[in-house]
Amino acid sequence: MTAANMSEPLHAGTAPSTYISRGWWGLSVACLVAVIGLLFSIFAFVIARGLPALKPSIFVTTTHGIAGGLANAIVGTILLVVIGLVLVIIVGLGTAVWTVEFAPKWGKRVIRFMVDVLAGVPSIVVGYFLYVALVQEAGWGFSLIAGSLALAIFMLPYVVRAADVALTNVPRTMREGAVALGARPAMVVASIDFPYALPGILTGLLVASGIGLGETAPLIYTAGWSNYMPTLAPTHSPVGYLTYVVWTYISQPFEESHQLAYAAAALLMIFVFLTNLLARSFVEYRLNRGRTSR
Amino acid sequence: MAAANMAVGSGDTAKAVSPAALQRIKAQLALRILTGFAALVSFAIIFLMLFFLIAYAYPAIRFNGLQFLTSPIWNIGNQYGSGVTTRNGFSGPPGASFGALVFIFGSVLSAVCTMVVAVPLSIMVALSLVYRVPRQFRPLTNALVELMAGIPSVVYGLWGLVVLVPWIAGAFGPWVTGHLGFIPFLGGSSGSGNGLLASVFILSLMVIPIMVATTRDVILAQSNAIFEASMALGSSSWQAMTRAVLPSVRAGVVASVLLAFGRAIGETMAVLMVCGAAINTFPQNIFSPINTIAAVIVSQLESALTDSTGMAQRSLAEIAVVLFLITLLINIIARSIMRGADRREGRGAA
Repeated sequence: MTAANMSEPLHAGTAPSTYISRGWWGLSVACLVAVIGLLFSIFAFVIARGLPALKPSIFVTTTHGIAGGLANAIVGTILLVVIGLVLVIIVGLGTAVWTVEFAPKWGKRVIRFMVDVLAGVPSIVVGYFLYVALVQEAGWGFSLIAGSLALAIFMLPYVVRAADVALTNVPRTMREGAVALGARPAMVVASIDFPYALPGILTGLLVASGIGLGETAPLIYTAGWSNYMPTLAPTHSPVGYLTYVVWTYISQPFEESHQLAYAAAALLMIFVFLTNLLARSFVEYRLNRGRTSR
Repeated sequence: MAAANMAVGSGDTAKAVSPAALQRIKAQLALRILTGFAALVSFAIIFLMLFFLIAYAYPAIRFNGLQFLTSPIWNIGNQYGSGVTTRNGFSGPPGASFGALVFIFGSVLSAVCTMVVAVPLSIMVALSLVYRVPRQFRPLTNALVELMAGIPSVVYGLWGLVVLVPWIAGAFGPWVTGHLGFIPFLGGSSGSGNGLLASVFILSLMVIPIMVATTRDVILAQSNAIFEASMALGSSSWQAMTRAVLPSVRAGVVASVLLAFGRAIGETMAVLMVCGAAINTFPQNIFSPINTIAAVIVSQLESALTDSTGMAQRSLAEIAVVLFLITLLINIIARSIMRGADRREGRGAA
């Protein structure tokens, strides 16, 4: 943008409007600094409190009573997110392929609209719905599958959007070339679309898993909570997860409990930071490849 | 895709006789149908959730009647007595009153206050990001904004509980009530720190990165010519920005504000941790405890489970339906505005 370098009008420095303008710009930069400073201080707070609490022992012991370790919560979080991702990959990529390859114009519009609307549904509504429907009415109890489903519903819009954009951006000429050579739609999807769109799709999956990792509300009444290592039973077996530790252990009156909450928060931040970093590196990769191929 | 249709069509006419080709056509049809089913899932989820929750809440809707929207009293009634109260053919615990007014009011109030704080701030931040941050720092600031948007809400809640709430209770609150207490809603008790102010503070921090990112994007997508034309007419750069460029991206900004409102009203964990969990009482000043629809679903479920008639749980579902409908409405309006703006500017729905 050239605007940043643009000088003020010729009478700069004399007209009162220029001073007013500078004052407002100063204020807006101050807002930027304040917001970044505040958010950075949250980050620093969590790391400063959490890193000392991250002792090696918490990775191998499970939570119990007021303290213990985080092994069950770490494994539980990973299980919930991974199973959620598997569900999302099937449904999300299917949705994106249909939207890009097969859908009529109105179909594209409707699907994109519905996916956007789904992204706006509060996570607690999803959680309560699954609690009533699966945990109670279907009688599954607090379970791995109910929790993963909650996360999957929550992650779906992010994956569909990313895959939709990535597939739409596959160059028309490559597709047409493939069709001209006699490729069927299934082949076009498998050998042209997916390889080309892969970095974009992976970015979407990573962003979605970062969001899934940090969710609490949809899990409280679907995955429940357990002090024990998750069993792989799909139903009737509650699962622990990191965000629950942050939420409940910080309100306990014991210092050991607080330590555990800080440790869990720091782990979450590190996980989110890593997925973000990975996602960005995929974006860079895609941009670079785009540049060299042109 | 037209190409896909063509391929199926040509295969149909030219090679319909060959069994191998027939199989390929079948495979394509299968792909089309399978992906079509996948595409139906997001519809199905939304409608299933809505209809299931409404059906489940129906006895509560009949039992509570209008009292649900007009009564501030949430009381699951006498669980130890015998007998039940029956209203409109549905029975609940005797003495029960399921009024959601406090929670609906708290949700709307906290979300509106959040917008009052966060919208001007976000626009200011987005403007300085676009026009005042040197180009070479832009990747860094973009990464920061995205990272902030990804911080889990419990982490915000943790910070709020450990840092913000004690600060409001110990320093900020007493100072404000002491010096500015004559202003309405600033006087009175500064309380425990848990309450409206803490909730709004945290919610603002959570929605600012989202709003900044969208506002930045719509400004960057707008042609620079508007800014330049305004400058050429003699306006200062700030005037060019706020009177020419911002109005030209109004639709995008309004949509992002609505989406942020939807996020704020549906946020659960961070608010739950700092709102003070008010029941049966309205906030008196900015420090008073509040409660929101999302937070109350989590904090009241356990006691609702003790209701043997199940009416308390169904009433929570009724509250969830209210929240669902509010966010659905906001999202549909916001997305329609966005699509409309995109079409007008010839960008196509992307």
